[in-house]
Amino acid sequence: MSAVRSWIKSLLLVELFQGLALTGKLFFAHKVTIRYPEEHIPKSPRYRGLHAQRRYANGEERCIACKLCEAVCPALAITIDSEQREDGTRRTTRYDIDLFKCIYCGFCEEACPVDAIVETSITEFHFEKRGEQIMTKEKLLSIGEKYEAQIAAERAADALYR
Amino acid sequence: MTAALHNLLLHWEALPFGWRLTLRSLGGIIAIMLPLILAVAYLTLAERRIIGFMQVRMGPNRVGPWGLLQPFADVLKLVFKEVILPTNANRFLFLTAPIISITTAFAAWAVIPFGNGVILSDANAGLLYILALSSFGVYGVILAGWASNSKYAFLGAMRSAAQMVSYEIAMGFALVGVLLASHSLNLNQIVLGQSGNIGHWYLWPLLPLFMVYLISGVAETNRAPFDVAEGESEIVAGFHVEYSGTAFAAFFLAEYANMILISALAATLFCGGWLSPLQGWSWLAGTSLTFLTKTGFIWFALKICMFLYVFLWLRATFPRYRYDQIMRLGWKVFIPITILWLVLEGLAVVLKISPWFA
Repeated sequence: MSAVRSWIKSLLLVELFQGLALTGKLFFAHKVTIRYPEEHIPKSPRYRGLHAQRRYANGEERCIACKLCEAVCPALAITIDSEQREDGTRRTTRYDIDLFKCIYCGFCEEACPVDAIVETSITEFHFEKRGEQIMTKEKLLSIGEKYEAQIAAERAADALYR
Repeated sequence: MTAALHNLLLHWEALPFGWRLTLRSLGGIIAIMLPLILAVAYLTLAERRIIGFMQVRMGPNRVGPWGLLQPFADVLKLVFKEVILPTNANRFLFLTAPIISITTAFAAWAVIPFGNGVILSDANAGLLYILALSSFGVYGVILAGWASNSKYAFLGAMRSAAQMVSYEIAMGFALVGVLLASHSLNLNQIVLGQSGNIGHWYLWPLLPLFMVYLISGVAETNRAPFDVAEGESEIVAGFHVEYSGTAFAAFFLAEYANMILISALAATLFCGGWLSPLQGWSWLAGTSLTFLTKTGFIWFALKICMFLYVFLWLRATFPRYRYDQIMRLGWKVFIPITILWLVLEGLAVVLKISPWFA
């Protein structure tokens, strides 16, 4: 009896029509694809992307060359040289991050006592020549100046949970 | 202006009959070919978009608004690619095969009626002509597979030869059903025989034959789920592995032109061709919607689009049949069903069951 039933079922293409009904329904389903250059997936304020160095509101650079980030960096990506400035404060003369070595762990940001080095949520960057992957102090500071509003907003959003 | 037109007309009248016939046919061929090629181009886009939508993604939407220029980008790419001739290939047959494929795919359109009497060649044996051409199309595939001198291509050609020959039989029987109902091999006559209202379409009395025809049509055109001749995951691309550039484009064009042809035939033979589905709805007469009951090319185009959508829908839904299952389906299911239904239909014709066989 069940053989006859399954014979009729296959002859009437029942299961095939069920399959067609499924794809027919999905044709009208909401498409989840992100149209990338125009649309982006939402990012957490904790996102660890391209590095930046911040300045205080008065324009003074935050970094005091304590070298905690250099010490904590597990990939040895950070190189710092420092000197005493005329006003007696200690500042970096050289602050290089090799982005090829960097593993974007965020330890440098965690270690920093003055919130100087930060990781922004910028992910769209590239290098065109060898050597450009070394982020010098000037490059880091200019990124910080350009994206200060975004960086500050992300720190403020995350401050509640720290 | 009118004088010039008159002059032109006089020149036209002055031409010998053979010239006028040739020119008129040429005009008809161009009027069919150009829209057909454009339709093929956009069918490829529609296929990718519709299958994309069914897989809950977008499909190509980058080239032009909604991806509408994508077909032209594809054509440009294919045209500028090199046609590679394999060293051990038979050059003549290797280049003839795509031409055979594309010629048969386009030539069959000569007998398709686009409106009442709007037909390139009003042949009496139109249905036979189409069967002959669709059989001839197999040669394109077989020659391509053989001339490539490649194992994959040869396997693909063998598979598709056996498959197309098997399904030709079931398809032929399904068409015999239409022949029995309409008493004519002329496609225009077949459409006219279905006039009246939607209930007069051969779709209803010949429903099993219609299903067999549609599925055999998918198998005939080597489309998923019957695409063992190509079978990317098994034999790379089957009969056209060795083809590139324009030669590959010719196969592509032929496959899609064949899809449109099968859809057009399904519409013509079973769904009243250019007849309106609302024909004979008397309550529409006198209202502003009365134009919906008129016959016209637009209904034919809509029906073709519907069947093409089904083609794409099937491809998005079903996995490829195993080869022995394809053979079993063709020989042990379709042919008995069609023969049984032909016998029943013969009885109905003898008993003059209205409205179809009266």
